[in-house]
Amino acid sequence: MNFKQILSSLPLLAASSLAFAEGGAVADEWKWLTFLVFGGIIALTMYITFWASKRVHSTTEFYAAGRSISGAQNGWAIAGDYLSAASFLGIAGLISLFGYDGFMYSVGFLVAYITVLLVIAEPCRNIGKYTLGDILAFRNNPKASKTIAAISTITVSIFYLTAQMVGGGVLIKTLIGIDYEVSVIGVGILMLAYVVFGGMVATTWVQIVKAILLVIASLVLVALVWAPYGFSLPGFLDGVVHNDGIQKQVAKLIGNAAANMTPEELGQRFLEPGLFLKNPIDQISLGMALVLGTAGLPHILMRFFTVPNAKEARKSVVWAMAIIGGFYVLTLFLGMGAALNVGPANIIALDKGGNMAAPILAQYLGGGADSMMGNFFLAFVAAVAFATIVAVVAGLVLASASAMAHDIYVGVIRGNHASAEEQVKAARISSVIVGIVAIVIGIAAKGQNVAHLVGMAFAVAASGNLPAVFLTLYWKRCNTGGIVLGMLVGSFSAIGLVMMSPNLTYPQAVIKEAKAVLEGTPAKEAVAAKESAGFVCELFAVCQNKEGAKPATEAKPGAIEKLAKLNASMATMADPAALEKAKKDAGKLEKEIKKAQDDLKKFEGQTTSIVGLEKPFFRLKNPGILSIPLGFLCVIVGSLLFRDKRAEEMWDELYVRQNTGIHAEGATAH
Amino acid sequence: MSKSEMNWAAIDADPRFQALHAKKTRFLWGLMILSMAYYFLLPIGTAYYADFFKTTIWGPFNVGLLFALSQFVVAWVIAAVYAKRANTEFDAMAQEIINDAHNIK
Repeated sequence: MNFKQILSSLPLLAASSLAFAEGGAVADEWKWLTFLVFGGIIALTMYITFWASKRVHSTTEFYAAGRSISGAQNGWAIAGDYLSAASFLGIAGLISLFGYDGFMYSVGFLVAYITVLLVIAEPCRNIGKYTLGDILAFRNNPKASKTIAAISTITVSIFYLTAQMVGGGVLIKTLIGIDYEVSVIGVGILMLAYVVFGGMVATTWVQIVKAILLVIASLVLVALVWAPYGFSLPGFLDGVVHNDGIQKQVAKLIGNAAANMTPEELGQRFLEPGLFLKNPIDQISLGMALVLGTAGLPHILMRFFTVPNAKEARKSVVWAMAIIGGFYVLTLFLGMGAALNVGPANIIALDKGGNMAAPILAQYLGGGADSMMGNFFLAFVAAVAFATIVAVVAGLVLASASAMAHDIYVGVIRGNHASAEEQVKAARISSVIVGIVAIVIGIAAKGQNVAHLVGMAFAVAASGNLPAVFLTLYWKRCNTGGIVLGMLVGSFSAIGLVMMSPNLTYPQAVIKEAKAVLEGTPAKEAVAAKESAGFVCELFAVCQNKEGAKPATEAKPGAIEKLAKLNASMATMADPAALEKAKKDAGKLEKEIKKAQDDLKKFEGQTTSIVGLEKPFFRLKNPGILSIPLGFLCVIVGSLLFRDKRAEEMWDELYVRQNTGIHAEGATAH
Repeated sequence: MSKSEMNWAAIDADPRFQALHAKKTRFLWGLMILSMAYYFLLPIGTAYYADFFKTTIWGPFNVGLLFALSQFVVAWVIAAVYAKRANTEFDAMAQEIINDAHNIK
């Protein structure tokens, strides 16, 4: 079983685990329909950009849409920015393969907005201007804080962006068979057009349109999936429990334990926790990164500067929570519906991470792969997913470009002495630079394991940005020394721990697994459970961690041996149906063998991961449980060690202003 | 109005601002701690109270699913409670300080 490979710290399009579908999921005869839908959506966004380009002249318009976006509009735009391909396709996919555990991800993504609403959105709107750097520079040393905030913004955005670019390329390739490089360049050029010509105005409206399309598509699919059960919740779940494909999937996931279970018990198991997330410490660590990281994501923070005042910022979070939460409830039905109707086995056949669950469900509900409606549905969902990636990437590029142009160029290099024209020009040039970097990285990362990058973005935001912003806003003693130390240590510890974690590819493990596929595994004796030698051992591979008992397993033949046997038996088969099935099985085995051989070739002679480890040193996939407290601690220690008169003097002003909104940046007159 | 006109320390010390600050702080931290505690019950519950989470209550619908769905409801309720209080009470208190800010010396 190969599921270890797709265990990623966060669900997203795991490029490395793609089971490639020749020519894409859409048959050639229906490609015109796909292009028509894609073309329609692209044309709509281009029209928005054209309209917006006439409204973007000043920096406030470029970075913050003139602060004239309403709370409700901004709520939709936040949802559009946040519901990335990772959450739309990734979570639906995880639910379709692992049931309950997939749904648990959804919860964290919504609860994250409580932090944003209660402690971040309004104060940041009241004291900030365009960027994370502006918030930190209010009382801390402006040049130092802008520099470090810009570095952090660009780092976080590039991690996030790379995952989106790679995911987008793979998605388009799987669905309609367009070359990976072409899709990445296409995404890049479109996104650049939005950002460079339309700035935040175009980006906002593209995100709003995309969010609306996404919600409509999901509602239609859920209605179609649920209707046969009379919109009864227990009825629908009953269907899940009694579904043969789901029962088989559960049996595959739990292995030997399935032997003593009835089919109903197996089906019910799909609705219970523990099929995917097995380490509670890791889950808590992930939860911490989610609920604190969202509030530190620069592209989300930036959205609060697009509304006229703090009250509208508050309203926008409430709207965003309603939309995002509602959407995530729908993912339960999308995922389970895909498992019910399409079957986990067929979903895995298209993509091992399950990312194709929602698009394939759409095709099925429309009438199947040979029908016009089926292909129209598929094209629509694929186009929405594509728009999602473009819109999210546009937001990320804008955040990076603002850090580069506004914080570094205007703030640090020019010491805030740049004319309005120069500032807008710098913003546009920075967008182009970041956009080209994004395209280059997207192409360079082809076929790479990028599954850890979104998790890393959240972890860095939670460990570096959030402690600095939070303590700047609420702790009188906080100062420049603290935020510099905290952001450096928080971010680097998060990145460092992920680099030593099981998220990375370890050649020895891949080789061992590939050999097991090819040559089979010998019988193993039962192993007794091992007790943990302490909490540290659960985090680092320095001593014995807790391990469950492993039952004895029988020897399993390798794929080569199985194929040989199958080929031999096919020669004597008379029944055409049996022969057909045998041929299909042989094809599957051949694919498995090819993949294992490719892996062996790819990692031949390699023994260590890219950071030189033979196996993970950090046992968790999510670093938050260590790096977040460390980030907070370093802001506190740094603040106590250094003295910064300005930070102390500015406290009263900051505190009054963040609570009242006096002198907050206002909307530009229209 | 120019920014130099404000006496921030005096506004900070003003009893009306202190009242707003005290009310807001207590309310926000209460909600924050409540929501975090409720959220982290989910991973803790699935890990250590798995049997309870597996109890079916409505056909195949079990406690685990109910608890996960309740997380959405609780998040929405917290958002609504905060928004209502902020829209009515906090905004009015802040507005009073803003209106009088120039006179606080």
